[in-house]
Amino acid sequence: MADRLHAALAVLPERLGWHVALSACALALGLAIALPLGIAAARQPRLKWIALAAAGLVQTIPSLALLALFYPLLLLLSGLATRVLGHGFPALGFLPSLLALTLYSMLPILRNAAAGISGIDPAIVEAARGVGMTDRQRLWRVELPLAAPVIMAGARTAAVWTIGAATLSTPVGQTSLGDYIFSGLQTEDWVAVLVGCAASAGLALIVDGLLGLIEGGVARRDRRRLWAGGLGLALGLVAALTPLAVAALSQGRPAYVVGAKNFSEQYILAELMADRLEAEGASVQRRVNLGSAVAYRALAAGELDAYVDYSGTLWANVLHRQDNPGRQAVLDGLRIELKARDGVVLLGALGFENAYALAMRRDRAEQLGVRTLADLAEKAPSLTMGGDLEFFSRPEWAAVERAYGLRFKAKRQFQPTFMYRALASREADVISAFSSDGRIAADDLVLLADPKGALPPYDAVILVSPKRAGDRRLRAALGPLAGRIDVKAMQAANYAVDRDTGKRSAAEAARSLGRR
Amino acid sequence: MSAIVLDRVSKSYGDQTVLAETSLSIERGRFVALVGGSGAGKTTLLKLMNGLQSPSTGRVLIDGGDIAARPGPELRRGVGYVFQEIGLFPHMSVAQNIGITPTLLGWSAGEIAARVDALLDLVALPRAVADRAPSALSGGQRQRVGVARALAARPSILLMDEPFGALDPVTRVALADDVRALHERLSLTTVMVTHDVGEALLLADQVVVMAGGRVLAQASPRELLTGHPDPVVADLIAAPRRQAERLAELARG
Repeated sequence: MADRLHAALAVLPERLGWHVALSACALALGLAIALPLGIAAARQPRLKWIALAAAGLVQTIPSLALLALFYPLLLLLSGLATRVLGHGFPALGFLPSLLALTLYSMLPILRNAAAGISGIDPAIVEAARGVGMTDRQRLWRVELPLAAPVIMAGARTAAVWTIGAATLSTPVGQTSLGDYIFSGLQTEDWVAVLVGCAASAGLALIVDGLLGLIEGGVARRDRRRLWAGGLGLALGLVAALTPLAVAALSQGRPAYVVGAKNFSEQYILAELMADRLEAEGASVQRRVNLGSAVAYRALAAGELDAYVDYSGTLWANVLHRQDNPGRQAVLDGLRIELKARDGVVLLGALGFENAYALAMRRDRAEQLGVRTLADLAEKAPSLTMGGDLEFFSRPEWAAVERAYGLRFKAKRQFQPTFMYRALASREADVISAFSSDGRIAADDLVLLADPKGALPPYDAVILVSPKRAGDRRLRAALGPLAGRIDVKAMQAANYAVDRDTGKRSAAEAARSLGRR
Repeated sequence: MSAIVLDRVSKSYGDQTVLAETSLSIERGRFVALVGGSGAGKTTLLKLMNGLQSPSTGRVLIDGGDIAARPGPELRRGVGYVFQEIGLFPHMSVAQNIGITPTLLGWSAGEIAARVDALLDLVALPRAVADRAPSALSGGQRQRVGVARALAARPSILLMDEPFGALDPVTRVALADDVRALHERLSLTTVMVTHDVGEALLLADQVVVMAGGRVLAQASPRELLTGHPDPVVADLIAAPRRQAERLAELARG
């Protein structure tokens, strides 16, 4: 417990720093766009209607989806920029997070600016014209000062929303306080989840308090409050950003960026690769918790240098193949086609499979007499199927469903951690398990056989970005991992991270995996 | 020469006419009252004179020049305007309110401060109110600030829209007398909108009677009191005259 907390707090300055940098930039940009728009909207009823409807629509998009949508959009734009200008821009991390959060912050600012200005007593507005003010003078001397408290209240709401939503920038590869929450939820590290929530909530409360002070100062024309709030914000910003600046100055740009998707095995393998690169004297940045589709595209675009993916996933989702020619044929096919299509290098298979497999509790499977997916098809109409968050939308599921004619009573989606729990608590009868998951052995689950070969093989493979294709140091560091990790070793490492008691961090598990 | 000339002006919104075609000439130095019931078009007529509203047809001339040729803000800085709702800026002090037009005209801080003091004396307010917020003043004091603000940039024309409408009768009479005195002292051309016929007859040199967007009469108070051929005008004058006669009888005992 104490060492969990210690480990969590050790990375707090970096995560808090990025969280503050991201929120502050998004809020500043949101103000810069929404404030003039709100002022213009107060003068033109039609513009007001359109702007408020658009901002309201953005608000109804779940913030996680909004963040995720910006990645492919930016990737497309970056591709265009590369073609036109000769160089693109990073589509992962800060930029998509910034743009999504900016959009998200606009509604309260826009609404309050428009309402604050249109709410001013018409007699005052007419008096401003009557004494000879121009439109601009009326805005600066009368309307903005009078609407300032309302506008500040909007900025305050926007700040609290933005700080909360910034935790969702983790899946698009931006370090934030959300890293605690996403990783913690995955590895059942509740201390990390609590640290992430507390830090984010605390930050929101402090910023809200300081902006409240400024709002009060504006409303009561009290300079002292105004200064106290402004000074507090400025000092807080400097304090939060200092660790980032120090890190940037002392390290420079990292030589390599290693990626990971959003589950324990990926965290461990990313740490393992990073360790080996660092042993070669390289500096490494880790970008974890990436969405499955995000990771491959980021690699192809050169924003990641290496990460581990699975042959079946690449076969179905990247090459859109539905056949299953066998384990070696899939690997050979991928090696040729990924290189030809995207310039991505398949450096080697690690030596174990993390296959999608349908799993049941042993007692339940025996009671129903289910050993294979064909047996399952007969019992399925009375059973509940649990899948991880992406399983039911993956082509693998479509292939299994089609091959065996599976029709379940109900299908439910879970975060992987809760999926295994659902099996234990009988909220699900069958789940989409991963064959390298340590919990299969630990929970005494059976994997159902796939006699028709509907599910492709899932060899874990190291992928290398096009720009690192000929990088000797990277090949020297990661090449020797090929064929060195068997499924037992991976299961043990995964279980060390996922189990409830005696938990290890991903870095610790990677070190013991690397020592073998 | 006429200070203000309205040359066949009219004002309509869509197919609703608020002011039918009207021509009117106001001599320099006159105190003119525009009277009539609500919807008579008095305020519209007043706002045409400093460009707060533009005429749908016709021209407005100030000192012989068509105001359509001048930018509105510049025009309005040279014409004092007192609002019915007073319209003091709540986020500015009394001094800042009074000094706003000189500020817009780019006067120096010293000139403005001296002018504010002089205006406070002129409208009979203690200089101590200069740093107060408008909300700290009584209604009568506030409208005195409104008058001071209108006069700050030394205009030759003062337009007033129901300036005493929101005040109690005692305050009202005192302020009205002071405004009339200011009019003489500063040699202003003053146009005042009011619905109070008695007030108009007592203060103005000339009374313009309006109803339904039309000017029915333009005459001196004496001419109006001695009888006017238009029945609507005659009716309007009859009430205050009867009141005055009754008061005179009571006084004689």
